[in-house]
Amino acid sequence: MSGEPLVDIRDLRVDFGTSAHPLPAVEGVDLAIDAGEIVGLVGESGSGKSVTALALMGLVDDPGRVRAERMRFAGRDLMRMRADERRSLAGRDMAMIFQDPHASLDPCYTVGFQLDEAIRLHGNAGERASAAGRRERAVALLREVDIREPTARLRAYPHQLSGGMAQRVMIAIALAGRPRLLIADEPTTALDVTVQAQVLALLLRLRAELGMAILLITHDLAVVAETADRVVVMYAGQVMETAMVPAIFEAPRHPYTRALLDALPEYEQGRTRLRTIPGVVPGAHDRPAGCLLAPRCAWAVERCIEVRPALRTASARASVRCHYPLGSS
Amino acid sequence: MTAPLLEARDLVRHYRLPGRYLPGRAVVRALDGVSFTLQQGRTLAIVGESGSGKSTLARQVTMVETPTSGELLLDGRDVARATRGERRTIRSQVQMVFQNPFASLNPRRTVGALLEEPLAIQRRGSRDERRDAALAMLVKVGLRAEHYRRYPHMFSGGQRQRIAVARALMLNPRLVVADEPISALDVSTQAQVLNLLADLQQEFNVAYLFIAHNLQVVRLIADDVIVMYLGKAVEQGPKEAIFDDPQHAYTKALLASTPSVHRRRSGAPPPEASAIDAAPCIRHDRGPSS
Repeated sequence: MSGEPLVDIRDLRVDFGTSAHPLPAVEGVDLAIDAGEIVGLVGESGSGKSVTALALMGLVDDPGRVRAERMRFAGRDLMRMRADERRSLAGRDMAMIFQDPHASLDPCYTVGFQLDEAIRLHGNAGERASAAGRRERAVALLREVDIREPTARLRAYPHQLSGGMAQRVMIAIALAGRPRLLIADEPTTALDVTVQAQVLALLLRLRAELGMAILLITHDLAVVAETADRVVVMYAGQVMETAMVPAIFEAPRHPYTRALLDALPEYEQGRTRLRTIPGVVPGAHDRPAGCLLAPRCAWAVERCIEVRPALRTASARASVRCHYPLGSS
Repeated sequence: MTAPLLEARDLVRHYRLPGRYLPGRAVVRALDGVSFTLQQGRTLAIVGESGSGKSTLARQVTMVETPTSGELLLDGRDVARATRGERRTIRSQVQMVFQNPFASLNPRRTVGALLEEPLAIQRRGSRDERRDAALAMLVKVGLRAEHYRRYPHMFSGGQRQRIAVARALMLNPRLVVADEPISALDVSTQAQVLNLLADLQQEFNVAYLFIAHNLQVVRLIADDVIVMYLGKAVEQGPKEAIFDDPQHAYTKALLASTPSVHRRRSGAPPPEASAIDAAPCIRHDRGPSS
């Protein structure tokens, strides 16, 4: 891939707490997303994946503090941008959908009203101009996300929609501004597997048709394996490994990735016990001096406990934060 | 084969819809004729999407509700026709673990009080005996004696689910109904809790009625599987048969929709999805009907 990626983040840090006692939520995240690429961001709860996405959207509020060596989107420096410029990007050039669509939609307004609002704010001049134009665009957006009888659905309230339908409406609203990046934070976690399969297929089709990049945040490795081009694995606020799919599933380099895969029931056909990761994720107050995984890592040696490893480039599209990556002697 | 621990014969549970004219005629057939047997020490998994009747089935088995019709036999005794006194005894044999350990544990009670409560309700043992039983159970589920005095908020999700499992086992039940017990947990914690459930089944010879939507998990732990759809069992049998040679279109759709790390998905809608709409016939008898 030539040229600058669509999203280019280097050494992102997000702290909460006071400046005297900072609580790091994200501690040194590098993240690059190419135009039209689907990047899966995986990690357990508290690993910092959602905070990373919120920092990119510009939605981290006080007392959260965002710092980065570099945070660029479509060639523009997000860190030096005026607040109003930054704000106009969110919702238009980068849009976001969340886990629970019924919590994201306003229960008091119809689907049509909420789509109309998004088009008024983020649509192009032609669409915005008249109510009829906005309505036409709203119907087209619902059709785009495979909602049947879109004209009738405009009058529906969120409670009249199933979970899958409501998530489709959320995606339609996100598409109103023709985003170049869609951030999907656990978009199918609350849905049934059959509906999840449909929504994931929809996201893949939209990427192919509209060419938008997708940052797919999930804790489900199988979802990422099926849909993403590349995977970023986070642990305790740091990126542990980045690699292409399916390489990362066939030959993970980081012990944490390996351990996550081993914990999947899918990897234990014919056995009765799953391999587990001992211990718990370190809290904000008791972070180890060395590698954050060292206390739980089966391969850890003295150096891992003493020296925190840096994220090292392993190949063009892959990196790993480990002193002794797996698969290298 | 020995007599089953639990047997359901054509179990039905209908709910009347409120606020309709002609009361008693608008009915949701949440559970519409399900039969199965479960042997001591075995695991029966119930899978299906939301609205398929999984949790309604759990509410009948745990005696929270009484079935509209059909029989539910525990050790050959019909639970629905038992007297109040008998039900009290039977209830101690059937315990439950819920999905969300952040909601299922009373935040104002210590772990010790939570574990002793079932014994106190059933009037078993002296205060000291109950305390000893709670301490012993803490160790069995992988916690420590010093956790006895702590409150639920001081534990992680996986630890809380261990507490919930410990509480369910305090009465030495013969059947534990686990409704999505790991779906609220992280991947690495899921594995720990699944291992714990397997170990405890070995130790206590307890049977599990395991409600889940994750087929990969079901494949790991179940002996038998029931696939439910709109209140009916569309397919049931030994795990191997269901996974290796699914017969019903819905089972096939469910298997095809389950994400796998060994597969890539295309942008085309999964062909199986249309099978869901086409397959059952039973969709038409569902829901408000007269």
